[in-house]
Amino acid sequence: MRNNRVCLSLLASLFVFSAPLLAKESATDNYNTYCVQCHGMQGNGMGLNIRDMSVQPRDHTDFKSMSARSNEELFKVIKEGGGALSKSVLMPPWGSTFSDEEINDLVKYLRVLCKCKQGG
Amino acid sequence: MKRLLVFLLFNIGFGVSPAQAGGMNILQEQCASCHALYGPAPQTLSQFKARQGPDFFYAGNKYRKAWLVQWLQNPKRIRPAGIFYRDHIKPGEKRDEIDLSTLKPHIILDKSSAESVAEALMQLKANSELIAGAAFVPAGASLGEMSFDKFYGCLGCHQIEPGYGGLSGPEVYTAARRLTPEYMSSFIANPQAWDPKTLMPKRDLQEGNIRNLVNYMLDLSKEDWDEK
Repeated sequence: MRNNRVCLSLLASLFVFSAPLLAKESATDNYNTYCVQCHGMQGNGMGLNIRDMSVQPRDHTDFKSMSARSNEELFKVIKEGGGALSKSVLMPPWGSTFSDEEINDLVKYLRVLCKCKQGG
Repeated sequence: MKRLLVFLLFNIGFGVSPAQAGGMNILQEQCASCHALYGPAPQTLSQFKARQGPDFFYAGNKYRKAWLVQWLQNPKRIRPAGIFYRDHIKPGEKRDEIDLSTLKPHIILDKSSAESVAEALMQLKANSELIAGAAFVPAGASLGEMSFDKFYGCLGCHQIEPGYGGLSGPEVYTAARRLTPEYMSSFIANPQAWDPKTLMPKRDLQEGNIRNLVNYMLDLSKEDWDEK
């Protein structure tokens, strides 16, 4: 019985320590996989899913509205979802999909799409 | 080597019935090029994007057998934009649109093959630890549609009736016909535990809220969508 337990805990620790950590993906790949379904192939908010949405997704190419968002706000809304900033719940939290590093890269990618930076 | 071992164990180790063995042969010969019969699930985006159909290595914990038998004989698309929507869309006038010319029909099996394959799929039970615990007891959904649409925004990616809802995810009005409630509960609670690169985001929902969503899908599945 005791031996069995030792074996089981050894097996369990082997599993824990051998579980692969997910490798970091590029912001382009992440955007094209997860964001495009709503924000569109051109990042202009005209994604596949928008027809029946009560609130339309953000146009990431809109210089004015994207300039009004701080990098911290963009990070938070990606990680925790629209609800975290009193925006639409249609923007879900992606904190279990992306690492913080990947989210930071996505924020930089958004700044490329809008050709803008925080505050203009 | 690992695959061979699993195959041998499957075939000789556990008193496999002729139907299961026949079904496993069909799976190996006709299905394995699109469906993974062995784990793990894709760990990178390039693996995820290369996937041509749902993973099967936990099919026995995911699908309802009766639905598999029926669907394999009369397959209808469940994900309007295919297994990975990004490969099947094009820019449209008002929004991105599905490019139907890129979607291929699923193979059709005869009744006997469908039954054998379903029987074999029921034996593929990876991830059992993710659905361990009490069996799901249906209880009706209060504010089910409100939760699905307004509180959690699931409607963004999923259709709750033909032609209404998002298109990148699988339709949910047939979800409870296809899937076990235990799998649906577990997948909603932690999608990445089943499929690390899944398009489904994880919301931190209370157990009661998840139960409510699953009950809502059970209610949806009772309607006769073929008639509508």
